[in-house]
Amino acid sequence: MLEKEGQVRIPSGCAISGFISRDGNMISGEDAVKSISYMHDRSNGLGGGFAGYGIYPEYKDLYALHVFYDTNASREQTERFLDRHFDVVNLSRIPTRKHPNITNEPLIWRYFVTPLPTKMASSQLPEKEFVAKCVIRINNDINGAYVFSSGKNMGVFKAVGFPEDVGEFYRLEEYEGYAWTVHGRYPTNTPGWWGGAHPFSLLDYTIVHNGEISSYDANRRFIEMFGYKCTLLTDTEVITYIIDYLNRRQNLSLEDVASIIAAPFWSEIDRMEPEKAEKLRYFRNVFSSLLITGPFSIILGYNGGLMALNDRLKLRSMVVAEKGDMFYISSEECAIRAICPDAENIRSPRGGEPVIVTLSEEGKRKCL
Amino acid sequence: MKINADGLHFQVLNEQIRSCADEEIVLDNVLGQRYIGAGLCDKKVTINGVPGNALGAYLNNSRLEVFANAQDATGDTMNAGEIIIHGNCGDALGYGMRNGKIFVEGYAGYRAGIHMKQYQELKPVLVIGGVVGDFLGEYQAGGQIIVLGIGAEDKIPVGSFCGTGMHGGSIYLRTEHCPTDLPAQVCAHDATPEDIEEIRADVTEFAKEFGYDAEELLSSHFYKLTPNTANPYRQLYVNN
Repeated sequence: MLEKEGQVRIPSGCAISGFISRDGNMISGEDAVKSISYMHDRSNGLGGGFAGYGIYPEYKDLYALHVFYDTNASREQTERFLDRHFDVVNLSRIPTRKHPNITNEPLIWRYFVTPLPTKMASSQLPEKEFVAKCVIRINNDINGAYVFSSGKNMGVFKAVGFPEDVGEFYRLEEYEGYAWTVHGRYPTNTPGWWGGAHPFSLLDYTIVHNGEISSYDANRRFIEMFGYKCTLLTDTEVITYIIDYLNRRQNLSLEDVASIIAAPFWSEIDRMEPEKAEKLRYFRNVFSSLLITGPFSIILGYNGGLMALNDRLKLRSMVVAEKGDMFYISSEECAIRAICPDAENIRSPRGGEPVIVTLSEEGKRKCL
Repeated sequence: MKINADGLHFQVLNEQIRSCADEEIVLDNVLGQRYIGAGLCDKKVTINGVPGNALGAYLNNSRLEVFANAQDATGDTMNAGEIIIHGNCGDALGYGMRNGKIFVEGYAGYRAGIHMKQYQELKPVLVIGGVVGDFLGEYQAGGQIIVLGIGAEDKIPVGSFCGTGMHGGSIYLRTEHCPTDLPAQVCAHDATPEDIEEIRADVTEFAKEFGYDAEELLSSHFYKLTPNTANPYRQLYVNN
């Protein structure tokens, strides 16, 4: 029987791509599929996935939970949990099509929910914290259930397979969003399991990641002190939780988050302006366990924007480009030109330099 | 011969290039195909579109000319020949180059020219028109890297950690601004007229390929970076 993520560690290359329409124009998921297809040889068929933002405008104020189930028993147990904690406004299987290259699929369900006011009041937690805690609880405590997407007006779609096939399997041509990210996986540390495919997500944060972080255990030990549970032994999961912790819970800007997880070298800090150097020294001291070392290039998606970030040594490739209100991020230029042949301002951000792209005022009015 | 590369997998495309009897080949609609011209002997290949990673890896005496940007690992372990990029270039350009020349019109990413080496008359040359990222010439063991910094005359044309671990060859920087973080094992000095003669042929070839005035480029100030023979790597790791 196939061992799952978390049961075995195999000592990854990957492909990532993403784009956003800053004015909030709706783009079919097919573009993400086409883009990643040009980097086919960076993946090996053991994982592919997508995150789409703005895809559920009809339910934009509800949390969209996407869940994998091994059995109907785990579904029933999870639904009882959901009924106790949420008002479930809509539930259905996520529509898929049979695909010759996608096999062994779990049961894949989607719920549009809102926290029960009484439950939330008695928990004394802010809404997002309540939802995050519920997600972590399902993933830990209910055997055979895994919530792989839990934000508002966004969704993750992932599977074992090449990303092009995963996109066809989930009928992504039927979804439109203002931003998409996509990942093609080449796992080297863990076997390919549906839950282990990227993007990893918590609430509306999603991460697609190419790389292999060597600080995993140091990061995991620190972040687990704050109620997160790293169950999958994959480095991308811990990056997702670190960003949730620093950005949502500590209320730090994404620029600051980047300067913590991809902190400049001490020797570089010594050469900076005193005020800036002092801040960075403070971050490096307080959050020393959240420094992510080893090669990575990531795209963070969240409601309203994308952030691209490389490790400080830039040990993985990443290029960005623009065209009109569109902004593109990818492991390779070809994957951008595949969907925007006349892309402009192509450049490679420096190691540790965050590139943050957000919806314009017009985009926010339309999509948030 | 012309080959339309649109939608071709790299294996099919490279097979067509290798089996082509013509010496001159034009590739149209290239987009992301890896290993173009890998190990290729005695051909002239014109590439229209963005080639994939490892363009001209192990290139063996062919000329590859790209009319677009190039991606990562261009000229990896190149053995002989020329690669001309009418655009920018990704990371790890000319990794472990053993001979031949690469000319990039625009900028190059991180780790250009790392592990370059030379042996007797085999001396690789890397000329970059724009600026480069961090780790230029890291562990350089031989050969010549020339960064012209065109359009960036007011700043240091290289990123951090230039020449870290360098122990052979030379790096020429056309600039008034010397990198401030050079390791103790690398020394920089103002290029002498003799030094300029050493790079004259290569800068002239660059200027010819991309339409610059060679004399104007050569009349600028250059720094020359070489390994510091007075401060070898003795005791860097162990007492030997």
